[in-house]
Amino acid sequence: MEKKLYTITVFSENTVGLLGQITIIFTRRALNIETLSVSPSALEGIHKFTITLFTTQDVVEKVVKQIDKRIDILKSYYNTDEDLVHQEIALYKVATEKLLKLGSIENWIRDHNTRILEMNEDFVVFQKAGHYAETQRFFVELSESVGVLQFIRSGRVAITKSKVERLSDMLEAIKKYEK
Amino acid sequence: MKITGAKALIESMIYEGVDTIFGYPGGAIMPTFDALYDYDKKVNHILTRHEQGATHAAQGYARVSGKVGVCLVTSGPAATNAITGIADAMLDSTPMVVITGQVGAPLLGTDAFQEIDVVGISTPITKWAYQIRKAEDIAWAVARAFYIARSGRPGPVVLDITKNAQFQEIEFEYKPCTFIRSYIPIPEVDKSQVQLAAELINAAQKPYALVGQGVVLSNSENELKEFLQKADIPAAWTLLGASAMDSDFELNKGFLGMHGNVAPNIKTNECDVLIAIGMRFDDRVTGDLNHYAKQAKIIHLDIDPAEINKNVKVDAPVLGTIKETLPALTALINPAKHTGWINSFKEHDDLEYEKIIAREVFPASGELTMGEVINKISEATHHNAVVVTDVGQNQMMAARYFKYSQTRSLVTSGGLGTMGFGIPAAMGAKVGAPERTVCMFAGDGGFQMTIQELGTIMQEQIGVKMIILNNHFLGMVRQWQEMFFEERYSFTKMKNPDFVAIAKAYNINGKAVKERSGLDEAIADMLKDDKPYLLVVDVEMKGMVYPMIPTGAAVDHILLGE
Repeated sequence: MEKKLYTITVFSENTVGLLGQITIIFTRRALNIETLSVSPSALEGIHKFTITLFTTQDVVEKVVKQIDKRIDILKSYYNTDEDLVHQEIALYKVATEKLLKLGSIENWIRDHNTRILEMNEDFVVFQKAGHYAETQRFFVELSESVGVLQFIRSGRVAITKSKVERLSDMLEAIKKYEK
Repeated sequence: MKITGAKALIESMIYEGVDTIFGYPGGAIMPTFDALYDYDKKVNHILTRHEQGATHAAQGYARVSGKVGVCLVTSGPAATNAITGIADAMLDSTPMVVITGQVGAPLLGTDAFQEIDVVGISTPITKWAYQIRKAEDIAWAVARAFYIARSGRPGPVVLDITKNAQFQEIEFEYKPCTFIRSYIPIPEVDKSQVQLAAELINAAQKPYALVGQGVVLSNSENELKEFLQKADIPAAWTLLGASAMDSDFELNKGFLGMHGNVAPNIKTNECDVLIAIGMRFDDRVTGDLNHYAKQAKIIHLDIDPAEINKNVKVDAPVLGTIKETLPALTALINPAKHTGWINSFKEHDDLEYEKIIAREVFPASGELTMGEVINKISEATHHNAVVVTDVGQNQMMAARYFKYSQTRSLVTSGGLGTMGFGIPAAMGAKVGAPERTVCMFAGDGGFQMTIQELGTIMQEQIGVKMIILNNHFLGMVRQWQEMFFEERYSFTKMKNPDFVAIAKAYNINGKAVKERSGLDEAIADMLKDDKPYLLVVDVEMKGMVYPMIPTGAAVDHILLGE
């Protein structure tokens, strides 16, 4: 079966050890996590994990079910890129001296829609948000021209395009079980 | 009034109906054991000889009684000793709560004496693992633990309780747990899926049901019978589904899997609709998935969404408890007769009898065989005993040749395949079903893995009937060595002690039988009262369990042996 990039979204209670419970499911199947991002969700007390991995649909289905099975997981599902609006953010630190030697950097700023977050006589920090390929392209350009002192890219964050809000639906559906 | 956390822990368990605990005291759980001292009228604590024994005993207890098995042990090595039983309970969906002591909260994470990350170690092998660090969490955590362990697909829960939480005093108030918003134990039945399943069954010429432990766990034995009888559907059982149907039930066609009966395996690849009921298509049942029931439409009734399409792609998944889904399905299926289809099992049964059973169960001469011993004991107990097994040839022979006339009658380590399971699980089974005869079959290898529990049997006078099928080999491994490793018997031969003398030292009566002529009398002697007994039977050294589907072969490529 064809491998591709899947994005798994997990909503969980904010309890100790949840990340461990999720990652061991990947470990058991020897799956690499490509990116991971965790933060409080829109609902108080509920955390949201966004995990990407390269695998087959068959495997991602099983992984999601096994995550969903853990007691403190509220909802887990997966999507492919077509179903998502997604974004990553990257920071690039370059030497000011080398940058100045280039002359103008206006085109860069325009072409890559990047921002400067910090600048002093030693270094400049650029920020760029975008898809992986976009942040990567800027990284390559900087590396080849002035060199990059430090580089960091966040895990993916994503929002589904679907009209169905699965967490809200789940929370609504489960109300009838509460006596 | 304020009470200590230790007392709150015990009171909470009593609220959950706990009257039996298998345990072993030690440093970090001492406050709770101290409190337990005052509860001897309400709680029967059984001191095992090893924490692994406590966990298997709790499993045996849970499997026969349907109640949650409870273990109480200390931190560090006690918790790690308990891991095997916890993992076993996870794979076999056994409701169990294991309480482990833990060092005081201020010492957590410091590599303190007997400190180990119990939650970290046990998370992959539990339904839920939680550390209680303060007394006020005890009632909440215990309520949640029992709710999780026994609801939905049952399983083990670990509560790791720090020493300070046991000492701390709190106002105690108990509220049972009935709802966790992130946990739906029983999925709602989707009527359209039941309808789809019923249509498949109604159109079937050769329907065939596979019965798993889900039937037993949901107490749906009667519902199963009604279902099968209404549409005249032959059925076979997985190892853990044994005794869900009585052995003499007319539609019970036998045992599935690697060492199961011939017809049930072959018919899997001949049926047109396969109805899996509370079973999980384990590899020991399916063999090669690429050649498993490819001709059939598959219906899967299960409580656990993660089991659907896990190993076998399903045409009609029916989620929910068997207790609800099966009657819903029965209501929609048409009465039918499948006489020709059912009769087609017979030629395979006859072949199996001729090639295997006649020799194994009714040998006229030669050395004693495992199958004949098991059959004789099944008959002597009127097919009404609880049979507990260890793992290996003894287990497969017991599953094949013991007969069942009531449910919850086979206690065995199915998923994990834990050698050493037998003795402690039998103790727990006898404690959980004191009115029943409990017969435990083990090999000479597995018996010695938890032989220390003879001490528990002596102290508590637990009337288990232990039978060692002694072939002086690690028999199943030896069988594989003979079949697949050119008879290179690498470290499978055993020089054994005088087992009867060991039992004697524990004040347990016993007898060794080496000849066929002495077997009946020894069995009668074993069953004459309700006291513990050890029967050691020297069986043929190179006995084989047949039939056999070698690992990775298709279910219809079943070997019959010589």
